[in-house]
Amino acid sequence: MGHHRGRIHPGGNVTTTPRARYPHRHLLGIEALERTEILSILDAAESFFDVSRRSVRKVPTLRGKTVINLFYEPSTRTRTSFELAGKRLSADVINISVSTSSAVKGETLLDTVKNLEAMCPDVLVIRHQASGAPHYVASRTNAAVVNAGDGTHEHPTQALLDAFTIRRRKGRLEGLVVAICGDVLHSRVARSNVLLLRKMGATVRFAGPRTLLPPAAEALGAEVHDRLEPALEGADVVMMLRVQRERLAGTFLPSTREYSRKFGLNEARLALAAPDAIVMHPGPMNRGVEIDPAVADGSRSVILDQVEAGVAVRMAVLWMVATEAEGEPIAGA
Amino acid sequence: MSEVLLDPVAVARGLRRVAGEIAEHGGVRDLALVGIRRGGEPLAERLAALLRELEGEAPPTGSIDITLYRDDAATALPNPKIGPSRIPFEVRGKRVVLVDDVIYTGRTIRAALDAVLDYGRPRRIELCVLVDRGGRELPIHPDYTVRRVELGPGQRIEVAQKDDGAWATIEDASTLGGT
Repeated sequence: MGHHRGRIHPGGNVTTTPRARYPHRHLLGIEALERTEILSILDAAESFFDVSRRSVRKVPTLRGKTVINLFYEPSTRTRTSFELAGKRLSADVINISVSTSSAVKGETLLDTVKNLEAMCPDVLVIRHQASGAPHYVASRTNAAVVNAGDGTHEHPTQALLDAFTIRRRKGRLEGLVVAICGDVLHSRVARSNVLLLRKMGATVRFAGPRTLLPPAAEALGAEVHDRLEPALEGADVVMMLRVQRERLAGTFLPSTREYSRKFGLNEARLALAAPDAIVMHPGPMNRGVEIDPAVADGSRSVILDQVEAGVAVRMAVLWMVATEAEGEPIAGA
Repeated sequence: MSEVLLDPVAVARGLRRVAGEIAEHGGVRDLALVGIRRGGEPLAERLAALLRELEGEAPPTGSIDITLYRDDAATALPNPKIGPSRIPFEVRGKRVVLVDDVIYTGRTIRAALDAVLDYGRPRRIELCVLVDRGGRELPIHPDYTVRRVELGPGQRIEVAQKDDGAWATIEDASTLGGT
């Protein structure tokens, strides 16, 4: 390590650490990550955060690497964030979305991936409506796979950017009380977040209509509330989830107005949380449904910080999996 | 085998001399010192203090981490730890002196040049090192050198910077196996 510079520093003061910092080939979910690996990603993201605030917002690290964003679900924020992250690392980034892809012509996911593979991508960033799709692809490709959201399963980079945002504001994750409110049942954001926050020693409370709470929430280590108020009581972080309109039309919920009245976050309800509580939302927001505009735009909202953090965290993730994709490290280098 | 190249007295004397040379080449006006993490960082601070003694004014100092700019960044170093870069001044128009403890192949300096240029366009960039050990692989040479020594590939320089001063020693690589 560092020997090419012809020097070592006393006190273990080396510029590199072993491969063990992130021993995985892919990022498929938070579930497979150790606490120390999560910390490695968050720490690396701090450096990448600074890159995005300089006059030249780019580093040459992944020059010559190719990142393909393969999105089977519509997404502006996540795709743009991954695209920007790749570009700020100097990688070549290609976006393929379902409306322009051959999926509409009947090509299977595996055929698409095999075709893309012929273009030798180093990283495949995949969003898919089917839970487990990225895992399926990961076992059948040479590229490193990053899960950008799969069905109702996981959205690991969202949980990482949320943790990054919380840590910047609160200085820690351990010991915090985080309320995750809304359609928890269908939310991969909630799932990845509870997995991450529990690993990092935070307390997680789920709140939502009984029809939208997962049956196995306790197994994930979360407290469950079918009213918003007890979940908000003294919370350090309030994370609102997006209500998906299609669910409001179905049997899960009576109406938008009813939902907003019972589960919308407004100033009065937010007053129940800790005085310095922060408000988060993974976006896109339904203003006036799950969150009142006054709260969304208020001084405690960190919703735009989350977006900024997203680029830094995704730079860290791309960097880690792209370097790993190269194979064994060169001994002694 | 270990041989002392510079003891704390020699380091202090040498830094005083190169601080004088840096001042001679244009004073401290528009000057900034940037230490390459981590060995160059404390040396840049010491040079700034010496320049204050000489010129009555200390130049601003910063530090730069070159991990993301290495020419082997994407291949040879799985998951290195990136340190923070700290450039708390406007680089544009400045005379920047890069400071490092040892120059060997020159690849670190090449990376540091790119890193500094991404903060802005300095008027010029110069290089100051504690030890130039030869063995360059790129056409890069220091402007200010405390000690120059020609070493073989089987040897290396170890710089230890402690509270009571800095030591530079020549080590046989064979005796340092496993580090």
